[in-house]
Amino acid sequence: MPTNLASVSLPSSNDTQPDKLLCQGDWTLAGINSKILKKNFDKINRLKHSLLTLDASAITAMDTRGAWQLYQWMNQLSQQGTQLTLQGLNQEYNALLIDIQKNVEALENLPKRQEYKGLALLGKKTVDQLLEVQAFLQFIGKNVVSSLTLLLKPKRLRFSALVSVIQNTGFAALGIIALLSFMIGIVLTYHMGLQLKNYGASLFIIDLLGLAILREFAPLLTAIMVAGRSGSAFTAQLGMMKVKEEIDALNTMGVLPRQLLILPRIFGLTIALPLLTIWADIFGILGGLAMTHSMLHISYFDFLRRFPKVVPLSSLLIGIGKAPVFALIISNIACFQGLRVKGSADSVGKQTTRSVVQSIFFIIVADALFSILFSTLAL
Amino acid sequence: MPASNVVITLNNVKISIAGQWIHQGINLEVKRREIVAIVGSSGAGKSTILREILLLLVPTSGTIEVFGKDVSKLPPSGVLALQRRWGVLFQQSALFTSLTVLENIAFPLREHTALDKKTIRELALLKLLAVGLPITAAIKYPSELSGGMLKRAALARALIMDPELLLLDEPTTGLDPQGAEAFDDLLLSLRAILGLTILLVTHDLDTLWHTTDNVAFLSAGRVLECSPIAQLTQSTEPAIRTYFQGPRGRITQQLYGKTHGI
Repeated sequence: MPTNLASVSLPSSNDTQPDKLLCQGDWTLAGINSKILKKNFDKINRLKHSLLTLDASAITAMDTRGAWQLYQWMNQLSQQGTQLTLQGLNQEYNALLIDIQKNVEALENLPKRQEYKGLALLGKKTVDQLLEVQAFLQFIGKNVVSSLTLLLKPKRLRFSALVSVIQNTGFAALGIIALLSFMIGIVLTYHMGLQLKNYGASLFIIDLLGLAILREFAPLLTAIMVAGRSGSAFTAQLGMMKVKEEIDALNTMGVLPRQLLILPRIFGLTIALPLLTIWADIFGILGGLAMTHSMLHISYFDFLRRFPKVVPLSSLLIGIGKAPVFALIISNIACFQGLRVKGSADSVGKQTTRSVVQSIFFIIVADALFSILFSTLAL
Repeated sequence: MPASNVVITLNNVKISIAGQWIHQGINLEVKRREIVAIVGSSGAGKSTILREILLLLVPTSGTIEVFGKDVSKLPPSGVLALQRRWGVLFQQSALFTSLTVLENIAFPLREHTALDKKTIRELALLKLLAVGLPITAAIKYPSELSGGMLKRAALARALIMDPELLLLDEPTTGLDPQGAEAFDDLLLSLRAILGLTILLVTHDLDTLWHTTDNVAFLSAGRVLECSPIAQLTQSTEPAIRTYFQGPRGRITQQLYGKTHGI
């Protein structure tokens, strides 16, 4: 769009009316070059006229930006003590100016958002954290109570919702979990095998691998994977439903969101995660088996014959036993954070991050606690 | 600026979405400084027209011209130039939830102009006041506003660049009667001051009578008739008759009809 720039100029000195200023051009977003216009203004401001007439009849276009510029400048001049008369301004453009005049006073009263700084911020964060812990405990408490009532009236369990959660969190994750565990089996065997070879104790790879994968790696890595995969999905789903007022809608229809949305997710994951852990056990051992064969030259047959002799059943059970605990951690945190979403896309992102970080953190904390517990029980 | 007086032309536009023909040959023309409304029953494809004009949907066949240029053949720079010349108000406001209202309104200025921060803030505040929001709304986030205020804030954002063309999707839905009336007046005064061309989708009969120059009635994927509202309500077309001859249609017709000479 070709534009002619906005400008203000004094007529040449031999003009009959030396106090008459000529405004011309497009006083629009595209037409105003702030630097040029400011130079024009400064030149005129410096002359300190006591009386000026602004001829605006040559203004070819004007928008809010132009009107605001003109208004500000006229204000500046009158504060200098110049008496201004505006003439020739198109009626439509004048309406813009009048609109601005009407609103300009309110501009001064822009309130500030309350912000916390320093000690106050620290205090606020602390209180917020404590409140979050309190809210989380309440959330878990309500879940327990609802679960107990569900035990009395099992027909209220949303069976189809439960199945779909198992499908999405368990079945759909089979591929990635298998691949991941298989590779972990390979990596573990490689590093441990190298050391054992030095001592000529290659056969012990089977003992080590069995214990490491069944007790630690399979449950822990599966849980971390699921926290990233399904925990984040839970939070985002519930968060979006919160934003779109779907959860409020459920509440008004007499359907408890806890029964429809939260308990199926918690139960579903608690069923799916142990199953996934068994799946990860299988593929972890298979990975180890393949690597043992190719690196340490132990035959598949020897491996499989020795395995049940040296790896106690309790290792498998302990590993699988951790999984429901991890599942409860993931699903409770994910659902809790999902319901804490407030009104914006930003908030969905924030809570999803919190959900995954907290889940993984507490999974590892729980795993450490398990280790301490088992060592005192000498399992 | 193109010499032509026509701002939007839709020429035999057809679109099929998910195997269903939404438009089966739309022809529509919007002239400079006109306020044109698109009406039709729900699901008739009214918003789809807006989305096609806005380049959010590509029609299966037919051409759409905005400011005299075929939008499907514009180079990226041309699209950008076009996008600066229109303002859009979406049905659900579509304010950015992570920004305050003031930041939302100022957003196009921040992205597309080299103005200094102070001027941007002042201009955004002026727009905010011009659409009738209180100054206290400026620092709030969209989630803290009521539906009507969201609409106004979104309108302020659509208007911040002082566009030549305004596309509105159900602008008065969810406003209180005073708010809707003020909105209608605002549209008229904007056209008077800024010389705006406005294309809106609406169900609001008051808006139709009060503001529009022409009303396009959409049915079965075509524009059945595009004429001034007074004429449209007298149409003998059955679909148009059922639309306007319900109790609400008759009341507004009685109310406004006299001033329009019916």
